[in-house]
Amino acid sequence: MTAPDRATLRWLFRTMVTIRAFEEKHMQEVNAGKPIGGGHSSIGEEAVPTGVCAHLTERDFVASTHRGHGHCIAKGVDVKGMMAELYGRATGACRGKGGSMHIADVSKGMLGANGVVGSNLPLATGAGLTAKLRGQGQVSVSFFGDGASNQGTFHESLNLAAIWKLPVIYVCENNLYAESTPVEYSTAVRDIARRAVAYDIPGLIADGMDVLDVYEKAGQAVERARRGEGPTLLECKTYRYFGHFLADDPHRYRTKEEEESYRARDAIASFKKRALASEWLTQAEMEAEEQRAQALMDEAVRFAEDSPPPSLDDLVTDVYVSYPRIKV
Amino acid sequence: MTTTAATRQITYGEAEREALREEMRRDPNVIIMGEDIAGAAGRQAQGFTDAWGGPFGSTKGLIQEFGAERVRDTPISEAGFIGAAVGAAATGMRPVADLMFIDFMGCCLDQIMNNAAKMRYMFGGKSKMPLTIMTRIGAGVGSAAQHSETLYSMLTHLPGLKVVAPSDAYTAKGLLISAIRDDDPVIVCDHKRLLGRRGPVPEEPYTWPIGKARILKPGKDVTLVGISLMTTVCLDAAAALAKDGVDAEVVDLLSLSPMDDEAVLTSVRKTQRLVVVDEDTPRCSLATDIAALVADEAFDFLAAPVKRVNAPHTPVPFSRALEQAYMPTPQKVVDTVKGIMG
Ligand SMILES: Cc1ncc(C[n+]2csc(CCOP(=O)(O)OP(=O)(O)O)c2C)c(N)n1
Ligand SMILES: [Mg+2]
Repeated sequence: MTAPDRATLRWLFRTMVTIRAFEEKHMQEVNAGKPIGGGHSSIGEEAVPTGVCAHLTERDFVASTHRGHGHCIAKGVDVKGMMAELYGRATGACRGKGGSMHIADVSKGMLGANGVVGSNLPLATGAGLTAKLRGQGQVSVSFFGDGASNQGTFHESLNLAAIWKLPVIYVCENNLYAESTPVEYSTAVRDIARRAVAYDIPGLIADGMDVLDVYEKAGQAVERARRGEGPTLLECKTYRYFGHFLADDPHRYRTKEEEESYRARDAIASFKKRALASEWLTQAEMEAEEQRAQALMDEAVRFAEDSPPPSLDDLVTDVYVSYPRIKV
Repeated sequence: MTTTAATRQITYGEAEREALREEMRRDPNVIIMGEDIAGAAGRQAQGFTDAWGGPFGSTKGLIQEFGAERVRDTPISEAGFIGAAVGAAATGMRPVADLMFIDFMGCCLDQIMNNAAKMRYMFGGKSKMPLTIMTRIGAGVGSAAQHSETLYSMLTHLPGLKVVAPSDAYTAKGLLISAIRDDDPVIVCDHKRLLGRRGPVPEEPYTWPIGKARILKPGKDVTLVGISLMTTVCLDAAAALAKDGVDAEVVDLLSLSPMDDEAVLTSVRKTQRLVVVDEDTPRCSLATDIAALVADEAFDFLAAPVKRVNAPHTPVPFSRALEQAYMPTPQKVVDTVKGIMG
């Protein structure tokens, strides 16, 4: 494959380091005992949302998971609003009402992180239906885990999208685990992409530790969708470096050697090496991106800390019925 | 029910684990299934087992004693494995299925409401459904809208289901054993904030009968009915009210369906005032149902309107300040009682 243009390469790097910086900042804040909700770190998996969302515009749709910070950032959700949401502040992406598992910005086509595993696949399918009916070339992406691929919603969604030729890309982030449950136990196939056969749609596999491989395969799927030829299942083989959630100790179910083998192929570090060797980006450019990401996170935390909590009146807004008239 | 005086203190979660262990020893048909109820499934040979022991540790250690055939980790497939538990129950097993959070009920409700709840009736009484579902309810732990629901009211609406909500370690063990031995489907709702609380629990197996409430504090001025964690809110409110000379009786409902109507009515006939404290959203809630029961059967005894303290009719907010405002609290109960003492 020929490398993408310089602007794209720079965007890929910037997005990956921004996701990592956000996740690291979140973890630091939690560990420092700040009044901030916990969550599910996506460190290690940055290449997947980055490589996929590089093909999307604000008019395309993304439906995300409990491990959704990376999807949000790659889809252009404002980082300050995300941080403020983790702090439960009025300036948060969901005005403090959603939290880590529900960050959304529908104006950017981000239909939300989602706390129910497998729940976003029909949602993305419906967004694909909207896209098809409008006929303006939009596409829809569902990100979901290996664990989610065992839910009925996965199978029902792929079938619907296949028979209706919907412009949906189903991106499975196969990080080998659902909580502490290994994929080889939970899942009858070794490659989740093979399940595409059952719905007669393309099933692609990408190296989720290689942003350019994800970029290339996702590009094929997005183009197919934009051409009106229907959905694709794209499995990205990836790895989360930390526990299922921040307090989970992964060494109760996996080896340090396994972790090291993935860290050795870290998506950001290996991209950097290639970018230098191939003269895509300079050392200075990449350092500038890293510093920019750090500064952005510091700013985001300041913004969150300086923001007020929601007004108690917000408890009973944004909902159709507030009955009975309960004083809060 | 046992009369043994218990002095040993264990947590609610440990009491449930003990109930499971004792029932699994007693009856080889008792099996457990759920996501990460042991954890690290299939990796025993690599030295990993029981990595989680359930999302809250309630099933920790059971796989060592009973093995992976009877302590079965499942994929994330609630419709599939809970449906499979229904099928196993219909054919002679006595399964306990673990639904991590009641918010995920939507993923498997068809199996529960159309198969588990209806088979015995639809088949003219010729089948049994000895199924237990354990699940976690409740807000107040910062888990946001999709991991904090209470929702049991919805389940009590369905004929054919039994629903219980223990309020401490003692009732947790007794009700879980009753649920497992029951030939109808029973859903056991455990509040997240109760799981770590300690209380006296006898070591030997015992049952708390399904359909039976208990009076936790006798009183003569007002009846407070509590459910699950809200029972502790009622006790705190009763203590505060006592300082102001109001003698509240606290009824711990425990069984939501069938409900101990008589316990509620007897108390209300005595105190003539009722406040129901229910963390579920108000419309069609247990609290609303109890208010209707009392309007039907004890209206003439009432000296004041029946009051309900529910969560507001909203999803559960994330922000701490909002979530605190969402929860029924002792203060809200006290204020409500004062409003009807006249
Ligand atoms: C319907 C449902 N069942 C169970 C859970 C609890 N849970 C949260 S994340 C998770 C594992 C998800 O695994 P996977 O889909 O592989 O995503 P990953 O966490 O690896 O990103 C589970 C079981 C849930 N949130 N929703
Ligand atoms: Mg996974």
